[in-house]
Amino acid sequence: MDNKFGKKHYDVIVIGGGATGAGTARDCAMRGLKTLLVERFDFTAGATGRNHGLLHSGARYAVTDQESATECIKENMILRRIARHCVEDTGGLFVTLPEDDLDYQKNFVDACLKAGISAEVLDPKEALLIEPAVNKDIIGAVRVPDGAIDPFRLTVANVVSARRDGADVLTYHEVTGFERDQNRLVGVRLRDTRSGEESVEYADLMINAGGIWGHHIAELAGVKINMFPAKGALLIFGHRVNDVVINRCRKPADADILVPGDTISLIGTTSTRLPYDQIDNMEVTPEEVDILLREGIKIAPSLAYTRILRAYAGVRPLVASDNDPSGRTISRGIVCLDHATRDGLEGFITITGGKLMTYRLMAEWATDLACKKLGRTAKCQTAETPLPGSEMDKTFGTKEHKKSHIIELSTEQKAAEGRHGSLSEQIEYKTEDDEALVCECEQVSVGEIKYAIEHLHVGNLINLRRRTRMGMGTCQGELCACRAAGIMVNYNKCAERTLRDLSSFINERWKGMYPVSWGETLVEGQFMSWLYEGVCGIDQLARPEDLIDAK
Amino acid sequence: MKYDTIIIGGGMSGLVAGIRLRKAGQKVAIVSTGQSALHFNSGSIALLGHEHGHDIKKPLEAIERLKPEHPYSKLGIDNVRKYVGEVAPLFAEAGITLHGSAERNHYRLTPIGMFKPAWLSFEGYATVDDPKNIEWGKVLIVNLAGFIDFYPQFIELGLSKYGIECSSRTFILPGLETLRKSATEMRATNIARVLKDEVILEMASQINSYIKDTNADTVLLPAILGLYDENPIRLLKSKVVRPVHLVSTMPMSVGGMRAQMSLRKYFMKLGGTYLIGDKVTMGRFENDRLVSVNTQNLGDMPLEADSFILATGSFFSHGLEANPTSIYEPIFGLDVVASANRPEWCDMDIYKDQNYMEFGVVNDNDFHVYRDGKRISNFMAVGAVLSGCNSMKEESGGGVSLLTSIKVADDILNGKGGKK
Repeated sequence: MDNKFGKKHYDVIVIGGGATGAGTARDCAMRGLKTLLVERFDFTAGATGRNHGLLHSGARYAVTDQESATECIKENMILRRIARHCVEDTGGLFVTLPEDDLDYQKNFVDACLKAGISAEVLDPKEALLIEPAVNKDIIGAVRVPDGAIDPFRLTVANVVSARRDGADVLTYHEVTGFERDQNRLVGVRLRDTRSGEESVEYADLMINAGGIWGHHIAELAGVKINMFPAKGALLIFGHRVNDVVINRCRKPADADILVPGDTISLIGTTSTRLPYDQIDNMEVTPEEVDILLREGIKIAPSLAYTRILRAYAGVRPLVASDNDPSGRTISRGIVCLDHATRDGLEGFITITGGKLMTYRLMAEWATDLACKKLGRTAKCQTAETPLPGSEMDKTFGTKEHKKSHIIELSTEQKAAEGRHGSLSEQIEYKTEDDEALVCECEQVSVGEIKYAIEHLHVGNLINLRRRTRMGMGTCQGELCACRAAGIMVNYNKCAERTLRDLSSFINERWKGMYPVSWGETLVEGQFMSWLYEGVCGIDQLARPEDLIDAK
Repeated sequence: MKYDTIIIGGGMSGLVAGIRLRKAGQKVAIVSTGQSALHFNSGSIALLGHEHGHDIKKPLEAIERLKPEHPYSKLGIDNVRKYVGEVAPLFAEAGITLHGSAERNHYRLTPIGMFKPAWLSFEGYATVDDPKNIEWGKVLIVNLAGFIDFYPQFIELGLSKYGIECSSRTFILPGLETLRKSATEMRATNIARVLKDEVILEMASQINSYIKDTNADTVLLPAILGLYDENPIRLLKSKVVRPVHLVSTMPMSVGGMRAQMSLRKYFMKLGGTYLIGDKVTMGRFENDRLVSVNTQNLGDMPLEADSFILATGSFFSHGLEANPTSIYEPIFGLDVVASANRPEWCDMDIYKDQNYMEFGVVNDNDFHVYRDGKRISNFMAVGAVLSGCNSMKEESGGGVSLLTSIKVADDILNGKGGKK
């Protein structure tokens, strides 16, 4: 129903395009709520796209936080069903190094079993057979059901699902304030972060799913949530060193998880508290790099001579308990706040805390509360209904790919199927040109690029990278960025903007390489300069509006 | 095995020095890993293109203003003036035509439609004397269907800034259908292997029909022909009814590959020894001299020489290497000019000055290298492995490589290279 301003009136507006926001939009839309999802930049631009990509078994939290551990293992099992195409069942090991206390292992196993997490003590020799990359000096090993999850795919699959159920989606729209009617929020004020254009959208309920940025969104609504940003830095290695997630079996500390993901491995994280005004400044320091490398080598010695592709950091949204303004009691658990009962402000709820693993449960809690407030009775189905791409219906895999190649299913088509699951059937290979490879490192074809541009909210090269992995491989976009730009320009018809975007994209790739600029990474960096600045002359083209994704 | 001079590194620097020495009758061996920065060449060689972020028109004048540790300053302006004239004739002997003059830079058209200053450009590449005064009339940009390393829209945008009217066409060549069957074969150098004889005639006739359609005065084409020699370019030019210019593509560079192969063939034709796919692993020093080097393939059989030249290039070519705590010269452990503090190596903005670009081996005014603080009297460095210049910001890499190579070769011939 349209409101008095002649605009569409929503039941809910979900703020934040990370996993939680996208998951909440999906849940709301599935329960029949008219839903708008708004995100200030691109999906997964915040903490969702800047973590390990670890499908936690919960074992990591078992000793210190049973509640989180229990939530994790439940969600772990659910995600394996509903997000099949985003999950890789690698299994996980918790290993004890000679310098660690082997007594911790017993506590750990007991706590895992209590939380419902299978934990099998292995002979170290057996662990080495399962994962040859692990330090051969380990004195203990426990097998747990860890895995890897691709947060980019997961989030986009939630967005696609929400859209199928009628949700509207606005990326590059930042909430600058709220529309009020006495003690009730009735809408959001938005600013297009690319054009600067301002607009207003109305709804009965606003759901703040902004992660750490939710602190600021709450402030705009006039309420206070005590959040404590904790920065975590990670390193990406240039190939898949390990096939099994490797954790240190000790009290959680810096750099004690090595996760395989697609073609790479990730070590992380550090943990540093930082002032709130620094949350958009995610530079990785030399000290952080040194810690990650030093500790990582202890877990898997071959990391010492493995090329580091890049370094990056994200911010965990830790929330202080309401009864402790000092912030000393901090929970990593889920925090779902009804600001009507908490602050006397109607039409506004906040879902925060938690972690990538529990995004679906967070969405469920937030949507349950939303339905209660809006007087709806629909039940949550997100734990049973597979995400788009993960459907197991009978037709999957039977549709014949239109092919002009001689080989039955080409490598890039297999790669695309891995990335998009059953949605890959929508990728069209109309001509031989569509099968040509844009990104040779990650096997991304022209057809897949076109599919992403047409269907997955792609306006620039960084969006495209997040949707397809184009530019995430060993060359870090050197050879594919230009090709992808050449395809993008056929859609946006603006060569100037596309060139500025290309200039910005190359710089964004370098920003992650710069903290680890030695060895082959420096070689690639010099090649990148040589090609884009030297041969092409693309330096200094980007304007501020082209840089909003390049942080 | 005993040589007069052994050159470590077989790219443009090493080959130019080798050719010069061999022509003077020296017994010369070049040890090359097989990689060359020429493979990523833009179609042109620059002498000095930028000063403080601005384009330079007269590079020889600007060279006189460079800081003392710059390789050009060490050469001295008189030597620079003397040697710039010797490059084109040397390349011509190797079958490579170069256009341009050191007195005044011209401009090359880049793959994304920008103009950058250049000194010498390879045959057929699109260049202009001054972008503000392009005499191309109406331009037709032609691309090959399925070739995604060439960007007509960006070139069109670049030319439109100078008031040039463009139209674009894509053509299909039956001779290339096999290449198009594979997802990765449509790259410039692969195409260039196929573009010859009848295929070029077919291509010319298609281009001519587009010229008729569009009334174009000039044709721009990706640089996808002439891998082994310049004949395919000349053939196409002779068959197309309007002037045709080539625009460099993303790597590999057809013009650069041609130059690399031609220089190598010429060196070998002159009787030089080119050990390709081999790598120098270590050297034996006696007092202030390098006596011999060992290579991977020859194992413990050393290569001896009176003089040695280091032409191994920058990080990109592994002439220099970095680990988390230091920058080093990986073969001999030569002294380097580099910051010991990692955060000072690079800037977070790739387009700003990167300090590492100026890193290189320590060298005296005759380019002798140093080891443990000691000058090595018969061992000189040339090209990108030298310290003292940011060839990226200056657009000087090609010139530094060529001129230092010629100088060091001449010094060796004049007995200044430490001959006993």
